[in-house]
Amino acid sequence: MMRVALFVPCYVDQFYPAVAIATLELLEQLGCQVVVPRNQTCCGQPMANSGFAREAAGCDQNFRQNFGEFDHIVCPSGSCVLHVREHNPLLTGQVWELCEFLTDVLQVRALPHRSGRPLRIGIHQSCHGQRGLRLSSMSERNEPYFSKMEALLKLVDGIDITTPARPDECCGFGGTFCVTQEALSVKMGKDRLAQHQANQVDYIVGGDMSCLMHLEGILRRQQSPIQVRHVAQLLVDHAL
Amino acid sequence: MSQRFVSHAQAASQFLTDEARTDWHDETLWFIRQKRDKSAHALPEWEALRELASGIKDHALSELSTYLTQFEQNALANGIQVHWAATAAEHNQIVLDIIRQQTGPAAPRVVKSKSMLTEECHLNEFLIKHGVEVVDTDLGERIVQLRQEAPSHIVLPAIHLKKADVSATFQQHLGTEAGNEDPQYLTEAARHHLREKFVSASVAITGVNFAIAETGGFVVCTNEGNADLGVHLADVHIACLGIEKVIPRQEHLGVFLRLLARSATGQPITTYSSHFVRPRAGQVMHIILVDNGRSTQLGRPEFRNSLKCIRCGACFNTCPVYRRSGGHSYHNAVAGPIGSILAPNLDMRKNADLPFASTLCGSCTNVCPVKINIHEQLWHWRQTLTAEGLAPPAKTVAMKGMAWVLGHPTVYRLSGRIGRWVMQHVPALVNNRLNPWYKGRDMPSPPTQSFGEWYDKNRSRV
Repeated sequence: MMRVALFVPCYVDQFYPAVAIATLELLEQLGCQVVVPRNQTCCGQPMANSGFAREAAGCDQNFRQNFGEFDHIVCPSGSCVLHVREHNPLLTGQVWELCEFLTDVLQVRALPHRSGRPLRIGIHQSCHGQRGLRLSSMSERNEPYFSKMEALLKLVDGIDITTPARPDECCGFGGTFCVTQEALSVKMGKDRLAQHQANQVDYIVGGDMSCLMHLEGILRRQQSPIQVRHVAQLLVDHAL
Repeated sequence: MSQRFVSHAQAASQFLTDEARTDWHDETLWFIRQKRDKSAHALPEWEALRELASGIKDHALSELSTYLTQFEQNALANGIQVHWAATAAEHNQIVLDIIRQQTGPAAPRVVKSKSMLTEECHLNEFLIKHGVEVVDTDLGERIVQLRQEAPSHIVLPAIHLKKADVSATFQQHLGTEAGNEDPQYLTEAARHHLREKFVSASVAITGVNFAIAETGGFVVCTNEGNADLGVHLADVHIACLGIEKVIPRQEHLGVFLRLLARSATGQPITTYSSHFVRPRAGQVMHIILVDNGRSTQLGRPEFRNSLKCIRCGACFNTCPVYRRSGGHSYHNAVAGPIGSILAPNLDMRKNADLPFASTLCGSCTNVCPVKINIHEQLWHWRQTLTAEGLAPPAKTVAMKGMAWVLGHPTVYRLSGRIGRWVMQHVPALVNNRLNPWYKGRDMPSPPTQSFGEWYDKNRSRV
C-alpha cells in the first residue's frame, strides 16, 4: 500500500471541505494509505505571487515540518503544487497534483461506474496546471494533444466532455490579481464562462478550486444554474 | 503626453467601461492569435525553430560586445557611418545632428518607417520640438500620429481603432469625405498623402529588425514597403538599432525571418524583408547603435533574456489581459507582456504596476518565438519591485499580516473559524462595496466546518 500525505490548499480547507474529502476518499479507494498532517496551512503562493516571496519563509518552513517525512505528497491543486515545486527551497519529497499522481504514479486505467443522470461538463484547465505542470498539451505549442484530467474523466461512465471555443484561455482569477484588477478579472471570468455556457454544460470541472471559486462567484451573481466541481468530486465513487 | 499618471488597473477599468468595444478588441487580436496558430502548427519543425532561435539569441547576448564590434567594423568597411548612443537623449541628438548637417537651415522633412526604438526614445517629439517635420509612413503609425496618440501595439499600432475612427481622423486631417469608412477609399487617401511626403523628404529613418555581425548589413521587415520607399527616395538613410538586435551570421537570418511573421500575423514572411548592406551611389547611410538601458538589463541575470525579443507581438495577441485592456493602459512604448518586463528596467518607479498586470497564465512564454520566459520574469520583477519598496503600503502590511497568520497553524485555524463565522452570521461585513471581490462576484458560501475540523471529528490523526 502506498503511503501518501494529503496536502490540502488553505482555501480548500476553509471553503471547500467537500473537495478535500473527495480527494481523500478517492485516494483511499485507489488503495493509498493517506496521512493528513494536522498543522499544514498554506503553500505561501499568495505572498510570492504578490511579490513577497521573502515573506513566505514561515510557510516554507511549516510545509517542511508537516510534509518533510513523506516521499509522495498529493494535492488537489495545480497552482499550489507548482508554487511548492518552483519556490519552496525546503521541499524534499515529490509533490504531485492529484490528476498527474493518478495517471503517472498510480497509473489508474479504470474507475468504478458512475450512477445517476448523464452529465455534460466543460473542462477548465488552470493555467498553472496546464502550462506550469504540463498536465495537458497547450494550444500555443505545436505538440500532440493530451490531457491527464480528460483521460481520467473518460474512465467514468455517463460524462459528456465538451471543449470551450478557446480551449486554454485564462479565467482571470490570478491570485491577488482578482482584487487588484477586479474589473479585468471579472471580465475574463465572464468571457470564459460564456464559452462554457455556449456548450450548455451542467458542470464546469477543474483541478484548481481557485479558478472555480472565481467562476462560481460570477455564476452565482448571474444566477446561472451551472455548477462548478473539482475533478476529484467526479472521479470518487460516492456509492462506496 | 504628460498627463496625470494612470495605473494599468485604472486604465484597464476605464477601457472595460465600453464592453462591446472591449469584446471587439479582444476578438480582433484573438483572430490574429489563431492565424498565428494555424501558421505555426503547419510547420512540423516549429518547436525546433524556436529552440534554435532562442539558442542563437542566447549566444549572441553572451558575446554581445564581440558581435557589436564585428558589426561595426564590417558596416564601416561597407561605407556605413556608425554612431553609438548610450541613452535615448544621445540617440535623438545624433539623429538631429545628422539631419541638420544634411539640410542646413532649410526646414527639414523626414519620413520614418516603423521603429519601436524611436518610440522608446520619443524621437518624434524631440525632432518636432526642433523644427523637423517627421512623418510616420507605416499606415497604422501615421493614423495614430495624426491623432497624437502612441501606438497601442508594436506590430499593429492602430489596432485599438475602428474604421469609423480612422475615417473621422482622415476627414479632419486629410479632407476625406465625412462618414466614408470604405477601407479601399481610406487607404487610397493615405497613399496619396504619404506619396507627397515620400517624394519631398530628404532624410529617411528606419528601424532595424536584424543586424548581421558577419556582413555589417541589416534587415528591415515591413508589409507596406514603406521603409524601402522612404530610403530609396531620400539622400540620407538613418537606421536606428537597439544593440540587442545583432545576430552573428547571415545564415541565422532564415531562422528568424521564418519565425517573425508567422508569430506576428500568421504570414509565412513579411511582404518586404529589405536587406541593406551599403549606401547606394550618392546616398549617405548612418546606423545608430543604441543602448538605452539594454546593458543594464543584460547585467540582471533574471531579466537578461528579455533582450532576445524580436518584437513580433505574439505575446500581445495571446495575452488575455492585453486584449481586454488595450495597449495604452501600459503607459510604455512597448505594451503587453514583453513591455511589462522591459519597462521596469527603464524606470522601476513609473512602471512598478506593469509586472502585476498579469495572471501569470504563461501563454506569452509559450507563444514567444525566441522562448523568453516572460511570465517567470513578471514574477521576478514583482519580487524586485517590492524589495525596492515600490509596493503600495497597504499591500505590504496585508502581505506581512497574511504571512504571519499562514506561518502559524493555530492562528491560521482560529482565523479560518472566525472568518467563516463572520461570513455566515454577519455577511454584510464581507458582502459590501469595500470588498472588490464582491463587486462582480458572490462570495463562496462558507461551510460550517473546515476540512481540518471534519477530519478531526471523522478520522483519527496519525
